[in-house]
Amino acid sequence: MVMTMNDSNTSDLAAPPRTADEGSRVVRAGFIPLVDASVLIATAEFGFAEREGIKLDLVKDVSWANVRDRLAFGQFDVAHMLSPMPVASMLGLGSNPSPTITPFSLGRGGNAITLSTRLFERMTATAGLSETAGALENARALAMVIKDMKARGETVPTLAMTYPFSSHNYEFRYWLAAGGIDPECDVKLVVVPPPLTSDALAAGAIDGFCVGAPWNMVASERGVGRIVAAKQDIWPSAPEKVLGMRPDWTESHTETVSRLVVALDAAARWCDRVENHDALAAALADPRYIAAPVQIIRHVLAGEFNLDAKGNRRVIDDYFRFHGGFANYPRPSQALWIYSQMVRWGQAEMSPANARAAASAYRPDLYRTALGGASGPPDADIRIEGDKDGDRFMDGHVFDPAHLADYVSGFAVRSIRPATPGTEDA
Amino acid sequence: MTSRTPKPASLSVLVIDENSIRASIIEVGLREAGYDNVTIIDDMNGLARRITEINPDVIVIDIENPNRDMLESIFQISRAVKRPIAMFVDKSDEDSIVAAVDAGVSAYVVDGLKKERVKPILEMAVSRFNAFSRLQRELAEARSALEERKIIDRAKGILMKMRGLSEEEAFALLRQTAMNEKKKIAEIAQSVVTAAGLLM
Repeated sequence: MVMTMNDSNTSDLAAPPRTADEGSRVVRAGFIPLVDASVLIATAEFGFAEREGIKLDLVKDVSWANVRDRLAFGQFDVAHMLSPMPVASMLGLGSNPSPTITPFSLGRGGNAITLSTRLFERMTATAGLSETAGALENARALAMVIKDMKARGETVPTLAMTYPFSSHNYEFRYWLAAGGIDPECDVKLVVVPPPLTSDALAAGAIDGFCVGAPWNMVASERGVGRIVAAKQDIWPSAPEKVLGMRPDWTESHTETVSRLVVALDAAARWCDRVENHDALAAALADPRYIAAPVQIIRHVLAGEFNLDAKGNRRVIDDYFRFHGGFANYPRPSQALWIYSQMVRWGQAEMSPANARAAASAYRPDLYRTALGGASGPPDADIRIEGDKDGDRFMDGHVFDPAHLADYVSGFAVRSIRPATPGTEDA
Repeated sequence: MTSRTPKPASLSVLVIDENSIRASIIEVGLREAGYDNVTIIDDMNGLARRITEINPDVIVIDIENPNRDMLESIFQISRAVKRPIAMFVDKSDEDSIVAAVDAGVSAYVVDGLKKERVKPILEMAVSRFNAFSRLQRELAEARSALEERKIIDRAKGILMKMRGLSEEEAFALLRQTAMNEKKKIAEIAQSVVTAAGLLM
């Protein structure tokens, strides 16, 4: 297949030596229909896998628990996963924890928080919120509304995320807590599958949600929701989805893993280029993939947000980062940040052994093996996060992985229930 | 609470499916396989409470049902409602079922709804799940017992040093205080250790 790539990096076209027999190079990959599966879909759809001698079979699934189990049972070789899933698996959290690692992040961005238009109107009325209020102001306004609701004996809002071990869960909680809302007792957090969020909001079953693209925009364009925060407002560097795989499969397929990472890297560069977004949007909109209107996907890729149906718009630079800024590098300090949030919300215990297990889920060594030693970022794998302009946490906290316990106890709002030893499987 | 799985045939099965046609197909399959105690839930509202009320031995959910993640979340929040899950999928290979069984986990991928397959798989899902839960519980109890012993030993050491007591006297003091305050010895020991940390 002829590639339409302007990449100067063509010297790596020489076929790598076939060192060991790893069986067929058919790789079965599970995915959930979301825009952040773009790199994986582009790898299969635009010839990047083929160029590396891999046939990438994409299998659409409906739930993260299914993706996790089917990867564990060998029905999938690799899978599009939430960035906390490999971390949870290495910590033995969740129903069927099976070791999972990632050599490659599928990019950053894509999430947002949407509240029902009714709730947002109440926030505007109660807090005198302007139409251009930022993420933190919105969170504080919601805190005022919730206080009012509690005083009147009303039921607190029901808010949805996608999975207990999801970026959405931690980002939603981060945003709420930054506004002074305790996610454990000031709201009711539930799980709703992404494609159902917009309908659930319209039906009044939930009052808000945090989910990946394009579902926020789907709700705002329908006029049922108002986008109040994007992932970039909460922490721009937060990893979103990763490519998960079993450690044993990784070890027995080193050549395939390397080729796959090379293919994904090329696809990620391609996805970042604006001139490819029309082709990408068309592919993603296909019923085999996301099955959503191509126009919405095209806007999402451009970071053009219709915050509501009234015409309030916002453009977020790098709403999706598929490659730039080392977005694909599986940085262990980010795995540790995820772990810090698991401890913060009572999902995991604080211990040095757990911290080591969490960091081991992200495998920059495999990334560098495939793409060359100089492919990664120049700074340390475990670094201080959120201490630079343009990459700060919304509440101004700085994450130093060397002081995990202090970081967690430094949050005014955190879970009061400590994780019970040995019962993390609940 | 009804008693748990006295006889395999009386296994209580909860089918979760919003699609009533699909749910009834699963139900018929289960009844043909000899399961009479089948409940169907087609409404996800108050799911955790319904699971507690119905108290099923096993939950059956179609692999195409996205609400699987809702179940996952419910189990994460409350261990009390956690149940083995069996999933049905049309296309599946024998290897993956064997892998699932070997992994000792509670989720099963079953080849369609062939009635001769349903029964052993459901039963195995339950027994594996129970064994796994027991193991986890024993591990948790063992760990917490060890932690308690450590903290009591430290509190004894502090009392012996600061009040010049013998080991027996120190333990007797802890026990008496626990009885007076209607608390566990480990809790009193923890208070002693915390207080000593502040004072010393």
